[in-house]
Amino acid sequence: MGQPAPDIPPADIPPAGMTVADCAVASVQGLTKRFAGQPAPALDAVSMAIVPGRMTGLVGPDGAGKTTLIRILAGLIDPDAGQARVFGRPATDTDRSMIGYMPQRFGLYEDLTVMENLRLYADLRGLAPADRAASFDRLLDFTDLRRFTARLAGNLSGGMKQKLGLACAMVRAPRLLLLDEPGVGVDPVSRRELWQMVKDLATDGIGVLWSTAYLDEAEKCDSVTLLNEGRVLYDGPPQALTDRVRDRVVRVAVPGAGRRVTLQHALDDPAILDGTVQGDALRLMVAADAPVPSAAALGLAPGSLIEPARPRFEDAFIDLLGGGPSGTSQLAQNYRQIPESDAPAIVADRLTRRFGEFTAADHVSFTVPRGQIFGLLGPNGAGKSTTFKMLCGLLTPSEGTGAVAGFDLRRAKADARQSLGYMAQKFSLYGDLSVRQNLNFFAGTYGLRGAAARDAIDRAIAVFHLDRYLNANSGTMPLGFKQRLALACAVLHQPPVLFLDEPTSGVDPLVRREFWTHINGMVEKGVTVLVTTHFMDEAEYCDRATLIYRARQIATGTPDELKALAGKSDATMEDAFIALIEASDMQREAA
Amino acid sequence: MSGLFNPRRFTAMLVKEGLQIARDPSTFLIAFVLPILLLFLFGYGVNLDTARSRIGIVQADGSQAAQSLAGAYQGSQWFDVVATGTVSQLSPDLVAGRIRGIVVIPDGFGRQVAQGGGTIQVLTDGSMPNTASFIGAYAEGVRATWAAARGAGRGMVAAPPIQTAARFWFNPELKSRYNLVPGAIAVVMTMVGTLLTALVIAREWERGTLEALMATPVGMAEFIATKVVPYFLLALGSMTLCTVLAIFVFGVPFRGSPLALLAIASTFLFPALGQGLLISAATKNQFVASQVALLSAFLPTMLLSGFLFEISSMPKPIQAITYLVPSRYLIPQLQTVFIAGDDWGLFLPDMAALIGFGLVFFILAVRATRRRIA
Repeated sequence: MGQPAPDIPPADIPPAGMTVADCAVASVQGLTKRFAGQPAPALDAVSMAIVPGRMTGLVGPDGAGKTTLIRILAGLIDPDAGQARVFGRPATDTDRSMIGYMPQRFGLYEDLTVMENLRLYADLRGLAPADRAASFDRLLDFTDLRRFTARLAGNLSGGMKQKLGLACAMVRAPRLLLLDEPGVGVDPVSRRELWQMVKDLATDGIGVLWSTAYLDEAEKCDSVTLLNEGRVLYDGPPQALTDRVRDRVVRVAVPGAGRRVTLQHALDDPAILDGTVQGDALRLMVAADAPVPSAAALGLAPGSLIEPARPRFEDAFIDLLGGGPSGTSQLAQNYRQIPESDAPAIVADRLTRRFGEFTAADHVSFTVPRGQIFGLLGPNGAGKSTTFKMLCGLLTPSEGTGAVAGFDLRRAKADARQSLGYMAQKFSLYGDLSVRQNLNFFAGTYGLRGAAARDAIDRAIAVFHLDRYLNANSGTMPLGFKQRLALACAVLHQPPVLFLDEPTSGVDPLVRREFWTHINGMVEKGVTVLVTTHFMDEAEYCDRATLIYRARQIATGTPDELKALAGKSDATMEDAFIALIEASDMQREAA
Repeated sequence: MSGLFNPRRFTAMLVKEGLQIARDPSTFLIAFVLPILLLFLFGYGVNLDTARSRIGIVQADGSQAAQSLAGAYQGSQWFDVVATGTVSQLSPDLVAGRIRGIVVIPDGFGRQVAQGGGTIQVLTDGSMPNTASFIGAYAEGVRATWAAARGAGRGMVAAPPIQTAARFWFNPELKSRYNLVPGAIAVVMTMVGTLLTALVIAREWERGTLEALMATPVGMAEFIATKVVPYFLLALGSMTLCTVLAIFVFGVPFRGSPLALLAIASTFLFPALGQGLLISAATKNQFVASQVALLSAFLPTMLLSGFLFEISSMPKPIQAITYLVPSRYLIPQLQTVFIAGDDWGLFLPDMAALIGFGLVFFILAVRATRRRIA
């Protein structure tokens, strides 16, 4: 990439025989931070180091303490105990011009243009005027923002803002680059591009700390610090952790529609720690001392294919946390059986929505039979939420029709809504009402009265373990519990159709497993689920999925069919996603 | 480290702030449109001057003297006699506010006058105390003038032993606009100095840009300075606009010197900006900052600075509180520089008080703006 390497003082070049901590650009030792009003510390005796020339991943679910650690390294928070050192000095009193820091919200001035933002940060970081032209040239090429230098930062797309944020952080080649969840909320294509850019920088000798909740990103780091509830669970190369679950992960081919039931049985077996649906197969992780189960034990026909699968970092993480939840969903057990029906549960027929000149959804069509999971996939702003809102009756289509549980959206909005449960993308319950008040309110809005309402609420409290927070304001709960409460409210009236908009965004893998156990269980009872997700591996749970890009459907099919379109034999959903989007872009450019 | 103050960083931050001000319509509205609205409101809409009041007369005496006194009320420049009749006929009008007072010339008035006396009754609506006392005093004034004229006409000396000859200096017509318009300038400078400043730093907290800035070598003193300088200039701009409008549109005299006005405005902006900085450092949230700025700066300027309500007529405890309101020290200076002229003997103590407030606010603001997120 031809970027001049930053001048690293001799102290940073690791002489033979020195430990990692000796040559680190930044390190923390016994770091503890407690925030007022929080029972548990945000960071609890955390030690780690960032070494130049390597990608260090800071990995963990929301609320694990990642942002607090990064802010301490950026000198923005004083720790209660322990120390943070950057370039050999305390983090709060070091040479800030050599630190590139990109906060979660990028820190861009939205009312300044791309170029004005770059100039501002160049002056603030003390980039010599003579070096300015060269640095801007390099960064604008690197981020592909040259066409947009006169555009206000507020008018850039999420992916472009992220690249500009990175450019501002690196405008004067830093020795330490701190990136707080640069991949969050950005589509896989932009994420992959950004990863490559930063990776190139690390190769040039910069110390990079990349924080992420995506465990697949962790896998690609040179070294990983895994945080959970403020404690370091693991610190070292990701492969060493993944190796702990080597030979314990298998892929089980389950033809037909039996995979959800098979998964449930498998997870009820204490010897199986974790399991997920992978298109037409299951991925199972067995306990450390347990044998790999036979086809018969899983209730499959003899001779069913059970083959070893490549373990992933996420498997190791779940192993570290003691395994995922069991396979039986209490929620689903108590759910009513949705009557059989040949009529499709959800129909979208050429749904189109225009806002002025802009088309947000363009002739989106699909049909979901009763008792299936259908996925809407796509980058942010592609039109997923617009389609969702039209099907919920929250947005009137400009063209086309839709029906939910047999009710036409245009004529019977109220009936259609009564027969669906909706979980919105952001926490949309009343944050200043208690958990019980929220449940009472939603029971009331769905027309549940008296004993029926009481039973539904008591069941929800038991299933989602909400008793701990019953009288707490729901806005103060951890994210995982907020999401549980949101799902609990959406299914109180046991609707035949469930709409879930990014239900597992930001929560840890265990809560994600729990959610999918509930969803799978409800689907077995005949519930139809429409789901959006940006976790591509979760798209594997879908019976069918459609990929929406720039308001149009660019591919629809089963997960295995979509993966086959990527052209590689062992392609992941993410590979498929990127391949399909790139193909669509090429088509568009050719047209 | 490149030291506490670096001209390049400072200039870059100033340019950034200037671009933001130029691109933000709300800044323009608060700094230039709001002052014009306020001036027109105080210049035309609010008028504390006494005008003709509508009253009723109950003439229960048919004597020539009573006729003559009633005629004096009819002819008075202070009153419009719109109704006559009995007290019971007129009292509904008074209750309904159609008239502001009833002058009762009682039965036997003529006889009393002939004996050298003559009492009248004035009924007013005590729910509007200002108007009530005004009507009481003016009704009595009309009667006294009438009695004096009548005595003089008969060659009797009935004049009161002491007479006052009131002469109003500086504002001979007692036009309240002359006081209100300079007062409006104080309100405008409070809005720009405190409210806008409180909002812009809170906005940097809210949008996360301050977090990114704090991770660069920018010093907190530099950051604060780049917020103070543009809004100081902006507030002086608003002040100039107001002054020009006051003089040329509202005809308010300007008897002092522009230099004195500049000095007065600058010393006031010191605490005003300091208060804005302190509010935003303490709240870090635009909504809360605007509420706090309205309650702690705008309302006291309106109510407790002596701009609308005379401080000397407030209850003692409230008077004591007004000493904590910086604009209390600005209003007399502005009024003086406009309608009286330069009086440094009056200005300097008030300026000293303002600088004192400014120091307190700035010290607190700098201490509250630590280079830390939590």
